[in-house]
Amino acid sequence: MSQDTNAASSVHAGNGQAHRSRSPFRQTISALLNDRLALVGILLVLVFILAAVFAPVIAPQNPYDLSQLDILDGRLPPGSASMNGMVYLLGTDDQGRDLLSAILYGLRTSILVGISSAAIALVIGASIGLVSAYAGGRLDSFLMRVVDIQLSFPAILIALIFLAILGQGVDKIILALIVTQWAYYARTIRGSALVERKRAYVDAARSMALPDRRILFRHILPNCLPPLIVVATMRVAYAIMLEATLSFLGIGLPVTEPSLGLLISNGFEYLLSGDYWISFFPGLVLLLLIVAINLIGDSLRDILNPRREG
Amino acid sequence: MSGYLLSRSIQTVLTLFVMSVLVFVGLYLVGNPVDVLLSPTATPTERLQVIQSFGLDKPVWEQYWLFLTRALSGDLGNSFVFNQPALTLILNRMPATLELAFVALVIGLVFGIPLGVYAGLKPKSLVSRSVMTFSILGFSLPTFWIGLVMVMLFSVKLGWLPSSGRGDTVSVFGVPISLFTLDGLSHLLLPALNLALFKISLIIRLTRAGVLETMQLDFVRFARAKGLPERRIVLVHVLKNTLIPLITVIGLELGSLIAFAVVTETIFAWPGMGKLIIDAIAVLDRPVILAYLMITVVMFSVINLLVDILYSVVDPRVRLEGNS
Repeated sequence: MSQDTNAASSVHAGNGQAHRSRSPFRQTISALLNDRLALVGILLVLVFILAAVFAPVIAPQNPYDLSQLDILDGRLPPGSASMNGMVYLLGTDDQGRDLLSAILYGLRTSILVGISSAAIALVIGASIGLVSAYAGGRLDSFLMRVVDIQLSFPAILIALIFLAILGQGVDKIILALIVTQWAYYARTIRGSALVERKRAYVDAARSMALPDRRILFRHILPNCLPPLIVVATMRVAYAIMLEATLSFLGIGLPVTEPSLGLLISNGFEYLLSGDYWISFFPGLVLLLLIVAINLIGDSLRDILNPRREG
Repeated sequence: MSGYLLSRSIQTVLTLFVMSVLVFVGLYLVGNPVDVLLSPTATPTERLQVIQSFGLDKPVWEQYWLFLTRALSGDLGNSFVFNQPALTLILNRMPATLELAFVALVIGLVFGIPLGVYAGLKPKSLVSRSVMTFSILGFSLPTFWIGLVMVMLFSVKLGWLPSSGRGDTVSVFGVPISLFTLDGLSHLLLPALNLALFKISLIIRLTRAGVLETMQLDFVRFARAKGLPERRIVLVHVLKNTLIPLITVIGLELGSLIAFAVVTETIFAWPGMGKLIIDAIAVLDRPVILAYLMITVVMFSVINLLVDILYSVVDPRVRLEGNS
């Protein structure tokens, strides 16, 4: 946040509260840290992000460097040792790939896809929602009709169709996830922007003849953030889950850039013959990641929703 | 009311049109289905023949026009792969998907509403808190992974239930149904439960929130003051008010159940239309993809319309207008 925005938002918090010693941001963080479940979520997410970022450093092998793989080590159960002395803590897949390493690399892809698609969808959706609320009239009813129609179709269906057209690839799945998600943000922010628009500070800003864009993004937007943050947290989790589902179905990511979903899909055929670990461990990591994000989101919603208090 | 129906129908037709154009042009730009249709050893003459027989040599707008005029007379084209009408293919698979989605919805309601009401009435109790934790889990567990775990546990390890297929069906008015045979039921149970899990969590949360909110309203206090038994207050008055928002959600969720059936059908090899569309996408079977899309758009629009009408019946305060 730039200083200007900070100053602006503290003025907006206004009405004598401007001299609060702690910013709303800090208050939220400390409330989050006081919630035990949320704390567990935060710690887990941090661990996963660190693991994803440093995957090339901590992974025992580069799972996609074929020269490091030994096909003779294929489908070894967890804890087995290779001929060259390396121990496969979580076992290996059908191509003799160390599953732990594959999971670390898969985590990278999953988190990258989840966060980037949610962030871009947020920017696009929030801008459209803000403009829609601020402009009102025909533009507003047109945009909201589009949002309505899109939201009446399940996200997975829209993503499916997009991927059928676009084909596979990290960029394509991010695009498909943005298309499926922008409408949620647009509707959320429009709702709060409609309320904010009628507040006195907007009239004040208008009477100072500030340009519309400045009023929208510097004055109204900061006050619409709390519900948007809650939605965004939940949406990141949903995006990760959707990407995994699509990759599992074989229409998301190509085999060259495996995410957790693709790893699970790879193990599916061996599941029936009893080799559970190839699917099970990537699934467990995926599950923990999504649960952790949702725990944070749940707690954020309770903290940021004033009606919930008391 | 009739004006409302008209504006909704127009909206549906517009949606259909826009979606079909987008997908048609998209599919046209992306892949050449000729490569899918022909064996790699085909001669150039054979190639040309195939291209002409499917009208693939015409410009895109002409192809679309052809598609549109045929679609209006109920012909959505032949599947490239099965060489059968795409519409017939999908309609043949539809009962299996609808059965799965419907059973999953019933499971969701049967478990979701009572648990949600309980969690709303006694939000602090241990049982309620475990129910809520379960619902976070149900939200977070990816459907496909739970499906895999179910297969692993109940089919591979314990051998209780079959892991794939639909089992014996009974024909009801010419539509195969697996609900009425023991074998069919045993095949249905795992996939339906798998699909229902997410909905159970959702319905629990919605019901709980509704009950929590309604219990604080004045009429509940009044009913208590009147000396009505708590049972009656909860089961009649509170539940009635909670169900109103639930109806909307249930309608929307039926649609999402049908869409998410894609995942469950893939895992359990359930012969529904979801499995069909995934296979069609894999080989770029254009007519099937387009037909699936058209059918789901119509289906969802009808569901949404029914929900809106039902909503206005249940809650007289809601009036149907062109602008929602």
